[in-house]
Amino acid sequence: MDILETLKTLWNDSGFQSFFVDGGWKNLIMIFISCVLLYLGIKKKFEPLLLVGIAFGCLLVNLSYFGAGSTDALYHMDLWDEFLDPSSEYYHSYGAIMAHGGLLDILYIGVKAGVYPSLIFMGVGAMTDFGPLISNPKSLLLGAAAQMGVFLAFFGAVCLGFSGNQAASIGIIGGADGPTAIFLTTRLAPELLGPIAIAAYSYMALIPMIQPPLMKLLTTKKEREVKMEQTRVVSKTEKIIFPIIVAMFVILLLPSTAPLVGCLMLGNLWRECGVTERLSDTVQNALMNIVTVFLGISVGATTAAERFLSLETIKIIVLGLTAFCFSTIGGLLVGKIMYKLSGGKINPLIGSAGVSAVPMAARVSQMEGQKANPSNFLLMHAMGPNVAGVIGSAIAAGFLLAVFK
Amino acid sequence: MFNNLLFTAAAENVKEMSIGDAAITAVFGYSVVFAGLVILMILLYCTGAYFKSKDAKEKAAADAAKAAAQKAAPAEKSPEAKTELPLAPGSAGHVKLFDVPDKEAAMIMAIVADKMQKPLNELHFISIKEVK
Repeated sequence: MDILETLKTLWNDSGFQSFFVDGGWKNLIMIFISCVLLYLGIKKKFEPLLLVGIAFGCLLVNLSYFGAGSTDALYHMDLWDEFLDPSSEYYHSYGAIMAHGGLLDILYIGVKAGVYPSLIFMGVGAMTDFGPLISNPKSLLLGAAAQMGVFLAFFGAVCLGFSGNQAASIGIIGGADGPTAIFLTTRLAPELLGPIAIAAYSYMALIPMIQPPLMKLLTTKKEREVKMEQTRVVSKTEKIIFPIIVAMFVILLLPSTAPLVGCLMLGNLWRECGVTERLSDTVQNALMNIVTVFLGISVGATTAAERFLSLETIKIIVLGLTAFCFSTIGGLLVGKIMYKLSGGKINPLIGSAGVSAVPMAARVSQMEGQKANPSNFLLMHAMGPNVAGVIGSAIAAGFLLAVFK
Repeated sequence: MFNNLLFTAAAENVKEMSIGDAAITAVFGYSVVFAGLVILMILLYCTGAYFKSKDAKEKAAADAAKAAAQKAAPAEKSPEAKTELPLAPGSAGHVKLFDVPDKEAAMIMAIVADKMQKPLNELHFISIKEVK
């Protein structure tokens, strides 16, 4: 046995060697970024349930992926490029992915097929009480207004040179809804999934920092002090009928929203109908946790250095922040209009909760309202626009999908 | 160069669009979201109005039935009359409740008694009101 030759072979096969050849330094940068994301998730608690998984997926893929020829990689971008290439023999062939892919390729099939985001929506539906929205349907206007950032960022992305499909996927970051962003991006611009998912979840975690300055800037102290009247009690029958009406109406309006809205409303129906507690409990807890595991790690897998480290990623991060800010502004402006029209009975702060990020955005409205007036309890009032935002962002995604698919 | 190659190769249905088209799409998309949610709002108001009127009818029917029952049995004492009965020894007295369910009132009284280290039947609660 030639020890020297064996050592040389081991070195050449190792990942360490790969850092020094053919752009391998980019993987080192990504490994550093994944460690930063892990720090933010674990120490700073930035959406830890997803961010820790995404960051570790990012770490795994950059430790194992060194160019298209890497056979030991957990994730193969070249396979997915062939999957999307109409001229390839593996065009839309999940069989090829199963046969030649690594662990993360196989898990990623659930993202690509839109299964994980839809199942997450099912869990969100089962966890959401739509009572505040049903008792105050005007909240839907705030949920609609807070989609402004989606369309402004879309326009901005086109101006910065992105294609229509890519711009639509970037714009949806402003919906502040991770599963919707992932769902739309896998369909329109899968090559941007990594940066878009990371931007969406990072900004959602940063809502308590992004929104308050805008809320203070756009509202007066008098407006923030407004105490809102208690809304009516919603009957059980209304809560059961609500998901059925919304599913029928929204899916008929935009059939492309069927996976998201259908799952969201099915989860909610299981919660409210009173005869499927076991299913509701499973969807809210066990299924949600399992899907979160797969979703996080497989989205992280799309952050391989050679695709993630680009000027496009920086543009996406900036556009995402712009989208979030303008969505907040849109909600606040319509909130102010409602304040005027209602003769000062509606606190405009609940408008910012129209970005979906449930329940974080509603909590921010509550905190800011209470800062202005300690006896102010806006949480339940803000939950209305907050859940309306989930429906609004699904409609926005459905529209963009209908236009660009 | 490699990035450009990947970005164009991966997207199968890429649609390039002009800034003018993008502006129109953005305005139209925002309008669609608004229109969709406004129609949904109208639907919710309609169902809400239906259920409110149904509840009001049921309440009126229940009140009428109660009144009819009271008329049919005049000899029987009304619930108000029953509450005027002398209190049992050690009772905490009559409590007027404003927007507070019975269970919550009982809980509040128990907590107050516990905090004051006094037996509940030595305390006299006059009223409990929810502060809004």
